[in-house]
Amino acid sequence: MNRFEYARASDVAEAVRARAADASARFIAGGTNLIDLMKENVARPTRLIDINHLPLRGIEDTDAGGVRIGALATNTAVAYDARIEARYPLLSSAILAGASPQLRNAATTGGNLLQRTRCYYFYDTGTPCNKREPGTGCPAIAGVNRIHAILGASENCIATHPSDMCVALAALAATVRVTGPSGEREIAFADFHRLPGDTPERDTNLGEDELITAIDLPPEGFASNYSYLKLRDRLSYAFALVSVAAALTFDGDTIREARLALGGVAHKPWRDTAAEAALAGKPANRATFETAAAALLADARGYSGNAFKIELARRAIVRALSQAAAGTPQVQTDKRVR
Amino acid sequence: MSMTYLGKAVSRVDGPAKVTGAARYAGEFPVPELTYGVVVSSTIARGKITRIDSAAALGVPGVVQVFTHENRPHTAYLNRSWRDEVAPPGAPFRPLYDAEIHFSAQPVALVVAEDFETARYAASLVRVEYEQGPHTTDLERERGTAYVPPKKRNGIAPPPDPRGNAVEALAAAPRKIARQYVSPFEHHNPMEPFATTVLWQDAGRLTVFDKTQGVQNVQSYITSVFGLKAANVQVISPFVGGAFGSGLRPQYQVFLAVMAATELERSVRVTLTRQQMFSFSYRPNTIQAISLGARPDGKLLALTHEAIGNTSQHEDYQETVVNWSGLLYGAENASFIYKLVKTDWASPADMRAPGATLGVFAIETAIDELAYELSLDPLALRLANYTERDENDGKPFTSKELRACYQQGAERFGWSKRNPAPRSMTEGRELIGWGMATGAWEALHMKAAARATLRAGPMLEVASATADIGTGTYTIMAQIAAETLGVPIEAVSVKLGDSSLPKSPIEGGSWTAASIGAAVQAACETVRGKLFKLARGLENSPLANADIEHVEFADGTIRLPGDPSRSVPIDRALAAAGTEALEAEETVGPGLISSRRFSRNTHSAVFAEVRVDEELGIARVTRVVNAVAAGRILNLKTGGSQVMGGVVMGIGMALHEETMPDHALGRFMNHNLAEYHIPVHADIPAAIEVIFVEEHDPEVSPLGVKGLGEIGIVGTAAAIGNAIYHATGKRVRDLPITIDKLL
Amino acid sequence: MGTEASAAGVFSAAVRPVTLSVNGADRELRIAPWTTLLDGLREYLGLTGTKKGCDHGQCGACTVLVDGVRINSCLTLAVMHEGATIRTIEGIGAEGALHPLQQAFIDHDAFQCGYCTPGQICSATGLIAEGRARTPEEIRELMSGNLCRCGAYPNIVAAIEHAMRVAETAP
Repeated sequence: MNRFEYARASDVAEAVRARAADASARFIAGGTNLIDLMKENVARPTRLIDINHLPLRGIEDTDAGGVRIGALATNTAVAYDARIEARYPLLSSAILAGASPQLRNAATTGGNLLQRTRCYYFYDTGTPCNKREPGTGCPAIAGVNRIHAILGASENCIATHPSDMCVALAALAATVRVTGPSGEREIAFADFHRLPGDTPERDTNLGEDELITAIDLPPEGFASNYSYLKLRDRLSYAFALVSVAAALTFDGDTIREARLALGGVAHKPWRDTAAEAALAGKPANRATFETAAAALLADARGYSGNAFKIELARRAIVRALSQAAAGTPQVQTDKRVR
Repeated sequence: MSMTYLGKAVSRVDGPAKVTGAARYAGEFPVPELTYGVVVSSTIARGKITRIDSAAALGVPGVVQVFTHENRPHTAYLNRSWRDEVAPPGAPFRPLYDAEIHFSAQPVALVVAEDFETARYAASLVRVEYEQGPHTTDLERERGTAYVPPKKRNGIAPPPDPRGNAVEALAAAPRKIARQYVSPFEHHNPMEPFATTVLWQDAGRLTVFDKTQGVQNVQSYITSVFGLKAANVQVISPFVGGAFGSGLRPQYQVFLAVMAATELERSVRVTLTRQQMFSFSYRPNTIQAISLGARPDGKLLALTHEAIGNTSQHEDYQETVVNWSGLLYGAENASFIYKLVKTDWASPADMRAPGATLGVFAIETAIDELAYELSLDPLALRLANYTERDENDGKPFTSKELRACYQQGAERFGWSKRNPAPRSMTEGRELIGWGMATGAWEALHMKAAARATLRAGPMLEVASATADIGTGTYTIMAQIAAETLGVPIEAVSVKLGDSSLPKSPIEGGSWTAASIGAAVQAACETVRGKLFKLARGLENSPLANADIEHVEFADGTIRLPGDPSRSVPIDRALAAAGTEALEAEETVGPGLISSRRFSRNTHSAVFAEVRVDEELGIARVTRVVNAVAAGRILNLKTGGSQVMGGVVMGIGMALHEETMPDHALGRFMNHNLAEYHIPVHADIPAAIEVIFVEEHDPEVSPLGVKGLGEIGIVGTAAAIGNAIYHATGKRVRDLPITIDKLL
Repeated sequence: MGTEASAAGVFSAAVRPVTLSVNGADRELRIAPWTTLLDGLREYLGLTGTKKGCDHGQCGACTVLVDGVRINSCLTLAVMHEGATIRTIEGIGAEGALHPLQQAFIDHDAFQCGYCTPGQICSATGLIAEGRARTPEEIRELMSGNLCRCGAYPNIVAAIEHAMRVAETAP
């Protein structure tokens, strides 16, 4: 871990000013990812701006009929918030599928969005990595790539975004509220995270000097028909090989609206609106779900160690949609998949 | 004779220290003016350091020194000076010895600073340049270079001699199978990282707090490598946060800490990072081939078992892999081959039931495959080939209650209700599978010493240089001592993990309970004899005419059973003799004649239930019954935990564990506990049931004890793999059995 | 920061006093900002009951209760917790005055090497306080952040279940 200066910020404006003043300064909130990366010498900020004392922990109703989650609300606070549990159970379930209780108690909502992609090579400074050191190459492509991307990767980077919470937020079409030196703005969740392309070093479209202040959830929470299904190499406390956030509303037996997002498969939470469109207006049956899965995975590409994830994703999509349609969402403490 | 402590479920005597955080581990001993060392690791697998620049690190205030191969102090020259008690044949790795890189993540520098954070930061500033050489790390690719190790590793049996003509018998056998099994690299990953705290005292005396399974092994390594006097080096290790074999040999942090302390004349602590825990000591990567030929009724006619395992370039690490097939099954025609392949990794090391976990996984999977081939019940096939002698050398066993393990395990598990057809049992979406396997391990008795000291109170202390790595050594030593001298267990204190204590072998091989137990008992019996003499010699002693054979030691007294008036309190005997303490040290070793006449083994039968969501490839273990025959069980509680822990590690071996190499870089990539998956709470069912099968064996060791540290893992992975086959009809022959292999 | 009004608001890499309430007593550490809460407890306060198993939030051995909430002390900086109330294994109970959970761990042989044990017990303390685990399955899932390489899991769950029953029936 490198040496750095530390200070607490007492309000948002002060925090943003401090960040704008020093390009290699970083905000620190829960610290669960940043400190990890600093110990690996992957992140080497010159300054840490402690934002834990900013008034951003609240979870409240919005005028638009949705819910606003403060950026500093912990993963635990969000997952067990009565409003979230009742109106956005998909989000609760996704959060509880991730990490451990200890990590969820410390990790914040804003920090969850900003956790870096997970890749063995990115975390190991003894190896090349285009994300860590642009231009050095991507050994994962021909190396160990079990947890790597099957969608949206580039020849520069095949890392995956590790968040579970973000998969649900993508499916729910949340909005990210940020504040920068020039004021506030909103970023649609789908536009928040980036694909690696030629700039794998950039994970998000958040400005260098911007601070996430809140996440807004729209009114529709898909509380009746949803499921978060996470498949991994052990039954808890592991990154997803594939996870699926599925959410449906119905007109009688016909799907009115569908949401479908995947985790563990791409550089960003992978929501596919085309696949969602393929579900809308259709009966909720296996054939429909298979069609949507095929559409979502049409451009999937596997590597030596992760090609199986394409078939796994296909089956997981079908299962998660079945769970959602039946109103029997996966319960994260139940290791039998419904 | 009824026992107060032996054979009972006695709680760990070190329990209160462990549940309150008071137990101190190697990296936790408070030492004044301590410096901290952080290791810099190589990024290449093979080659040479061409330049190493410590200037920036040395420029950080608080940095004391940066040690590299260029400025390390003088150390021993001869290989034999570096060889520890359990070193395999070859040239042991020498940290910071020269510019050569032998494996990825090899230590290349040690940064010592006044505080940990400064050392950690400065370590990131050390610049190392390399000239990269070609490396070979891929066992599969290099299997053509496999060789029979020219020099046998001490204590490791070479493959048994061939029996009959396996090639012809296989060709002629009416039914046969030939299969290949692959096992990945696995790292021990004890929860406690390797650490050493060296307390440097004036006149060059060192007290070395080390994470080790053998304090005297480490002591002799230090004195030999650094040319120090044994009187000046004391190695202490009262608590070990797990080891599973990784602490059998001195690891490089102890070398680095001692080197820095002697050179700087300062106290030094070196603790490895979790990533560095992947830079030494692992279960080797193996490829095994097994052929079985049988009659339709199941009788084995031919058996061949060949194993290839990787080793380092500099040592021929060996373990017993193929012999277990020959031990368990009486095929008249059999052949066994065990070969090594040199690779540019660090040397492998013994990991819980080394060799047996791998060899038994292969043979017990192959036997299951043969059972389906013959349409026989897997348990019936094993019984059809049951043998009462060690088929490798024809010796009888000191005892073998494997048949009872099969019977009791099967009954408890409900094996008779099993529908033999694969895919025949379901509940909801899940396929249910029941599988079983046999386990076997050695029951060794090693020469060891212990001391017993009895004082007024009465207070009894027993001591030996052995270790308790979570195995329960403290507790069984206390139980044996309390039982032998008839004092409450609360009156017994146990000392271990200190090189100044009576001589003990390394704590491993499941031999500690038998070996240290025998020595503790002998020392206590000697004290008992001395005490009885004192009691009988008292003026008007109520025991004046008694014989030691007829008295009992109980409740802190020596007394004649049935006559409470004829009793002498221990304290009175001691006081009257005017002696402060009665002390005895005894050394007990195995009977050599018995060793030659008998084979000595523990056995087990493991039954496992899995539930598989076939569509998603998820297998979960829902039930395990492990019936173990291991002679006398000293402590049902800690003994049960040993077997249960072995089963849990076996579940990990079956479903989770795998260190993933990048062969292009010659580097392990999932060097962390997030991606090197060991089972978590959610993976482990409540229903792990351990049955101890009655096995009376006065021949195997003085206490009749066989040991429990390893037997729990042996066979478990095969039982789970066999259950998965029963559930799904899919046979996975390369571990671990992950989602992708079941899709 | 922009202003000098509060010392806490000024960027500094200097060693500074940080006051934590640890196991009921105020303790002042003099530490640089890069000292983790875990290292602060172990190396600066001598509270080595809290263990470092991975130092990356992947094993749970470093679990402590901060303001009553269980977290991984390896992934947070001590300086971030000025004024916080920290409870470590040393504050759960001591030899001779064991907490029921500690006694249950001994009774159920819920550990072997003991290295993950303080983290398991602190985590279980947090779990019980959270009140969200009612079934063995829920205990297993919500204890999955605490690895045990010795494989004592079934006994740990049994010990926690026992302690939960004791806590429920306590007057």
